[in-house]
Amino acid sequence: MTAATLSVSRNSQMRAEAIAGYAFAMPALFLILILLILPIIVVFMISLTDYQLGALTWSWVGLANYAEMMADKAFLRSLANTFIYVAIVVPGSVGFALIIAILVQERTKSKAIYQTIFFLPVTTTLIAMSVVWHFLLNPSLGPVTSLARALGFGDFDVFGDPDLVLVGLAVIGIWQLVGFNMILFLAGLTAIPRDLYDAADIDGADGVWDRFARVTWPMLGPTTLFVVVTSTITAFRVFDTVAVITRGNPMGRSDVLLFTLYKVGFQDFNIGPASAMTIAFLVFVLVVALAQAFLIDRRTHY
Amino acid sequence: MAPVPKSRPRRRTDRLVASLTAHFFLILGAAFILLPFVWMLLTSIRPASEVFTAGFNPIPSAFAGVENYSEALTKSPLLRFMANGVFVCLGILAVQLLFAIPAGYALAKLSFRAQPLIFALVLFGLTVPVQVTALPIYIALARLNLLDTYFAIMVPFFLSVFGIFLFRQFFKSFPQEIIHAARLDGFTETEIILRIIVPSAMPAIAAFAVFSITSHWNDLYWPLIVTTSPDHATPPLGMMIFRDQETGSNYGALMAGAAIITAPLIIAFLIAQRHFVRGITMTGVK
Repeated sequence: MTAATLSVSRNSQMRAEAIAGYAFAMPALFLILILLILPIIVVFMISLTDYQLGALTWSWVGLANYAEMMADKAFLRSLANTFIYVAIVVPGSVGFALIIAILVQERTKSKAIYQTIFFLPVTTTLIAMSVVWHFLLNPSLGPVTSLARALGFGDFDVFGDPDLVLVGLAVIGIWQLVGFNMILFLAGLTAIPRDLYDAADIDGADGVWDRFARVTWPMLGPTTLFVVVTSTITAFRVFDTVAVITRGNPMGRSDVLLFTLYKVGFQDFNIGPASAMTIAFLVFVLVVALAQAFLIDRRTHY
Repeated sequence: MAPVPKSRPRRRTDRLVASLTAHFFLILGAAFILLPFVWMLLTSIRPASEVFTAGFNPIPSAFAGVENYSEALTKSPLLRFMANGVFVCLGILAVQLLFAIPAGYALAKLSFRAQPLIFALVLFGLTVPVQVTALPIYIALARLNLLDTYFAIMVPFFLSVFGIFLFRQFFKSFPQEIIHAARLDGFTETEIILRIIVPSAMPAIAAFAVFSITSHWNDLYWPLIVTTSPDHATPPLGMMIFRDQETGSNYGALMAGAAIITAPLIIAFLIAQRHFVRGITMTGVK
């Protein structure tokens, strides 16, 4: 074969590859365009109009929907509630997961069984388990409340008490998330070289706390950051427990962002403000994603 | 200075104390995790009358499991909801694989002009939750008169950018020489995917299947929006419908219903734990 024919065949091979590439990627690209890109553009456009479901005419209203959203006490309250919820669930689920992962990793025979138990809530239908939690904490019939009463803690109604309701929901959030975070921490822990502990041991750092402070914690830095980010995103999207247990009650104290979005958009069909909220939600999610990309990039090269 | 060697017995008791302390905290944590599961099962076999007086007494006075479970199955079309769940999950998974595997192969192994752009769109899509696209897709479905159909429940998830991303990463490490050799043997690109890539990607497909099925079996937000009749309700929605009919009257049957709905995934998890842990945490470990 001469150089010319070789380059011709290489060219035709490259063309064949490009054609195949387009053929295989096009169906997915089509879905990306109609199920992802187009909806985002549409929801942004709607947020600038007074469009109503089924209406034949609509007009541009500028930022009126955003102004209405920012003046809406229920929206601001749900945003504040969501942040409180995140502020409880993230430290709770990350902190407990780290402790559990360290304790579980050192077990030999019982490691597998503990892992199974802690991971169980991750796979389970949260809606069904929310019904169970609702019953467990039921002020008159629930075993947890009966036990507390018998031990002399008095009566309490977690989901009926405006000051306790977010804590109650956050406990369920932690219950669901802790096993997932534990697995991520276990992966991080396995990656720490044994030699580092031996070296610390020789340096005299052989206590549990010393080993943690000098080796485990610094080496887990990138994992911890990652777990915090994924937990934040998960906690920010809390919906199921609120929809099943409290529906935003009492007095809107458990209204969270996605539940408010659901009510405004799909129960009241108040399309304009709902699309403004959707854009606000998207902006938040993108900010977290960018922060993650930025932080992880910087933190992994020390 | 050389470290002072500690005496062996002290180290051994130290280790015993450490291990006992660890077990103490782990058992405490495990009890918290298991509490709702145990109470769900106990209440599901407890006589209805006893639920109101049981308090924290764990042991039912009589076995009423048959009544409770049969009531859960007859009062509400639980089996219908589960069948809907199976149909919806398998439908979504099939379409996701059909679109994501070729796209993943194209992004990993074929070079063409639009490739970086498509990959960038995939990475962008990874950060966008379904709640962002829900409103416009809902409006489109309403206009097309497609609300409250299986299609409506499934359609937003036909695209899994995560699936495309996962398969792209997996195929990336597939040896180029094998693909090259297959081409020289006269394999078309489609044959390469079907006969070489897919068989080698079975672990990735299994992990993705677990991820996809658990997320859509458990999803509430979207089915709640597009479903109005119980006919197409998926298990989580069915659980809510059942709960609303049962409010305050029969906790035994309600817990039996919760047990029935959670059973398939729990059993599958206990059988194939490794796949579950891998499949679900894959979103985390990239």
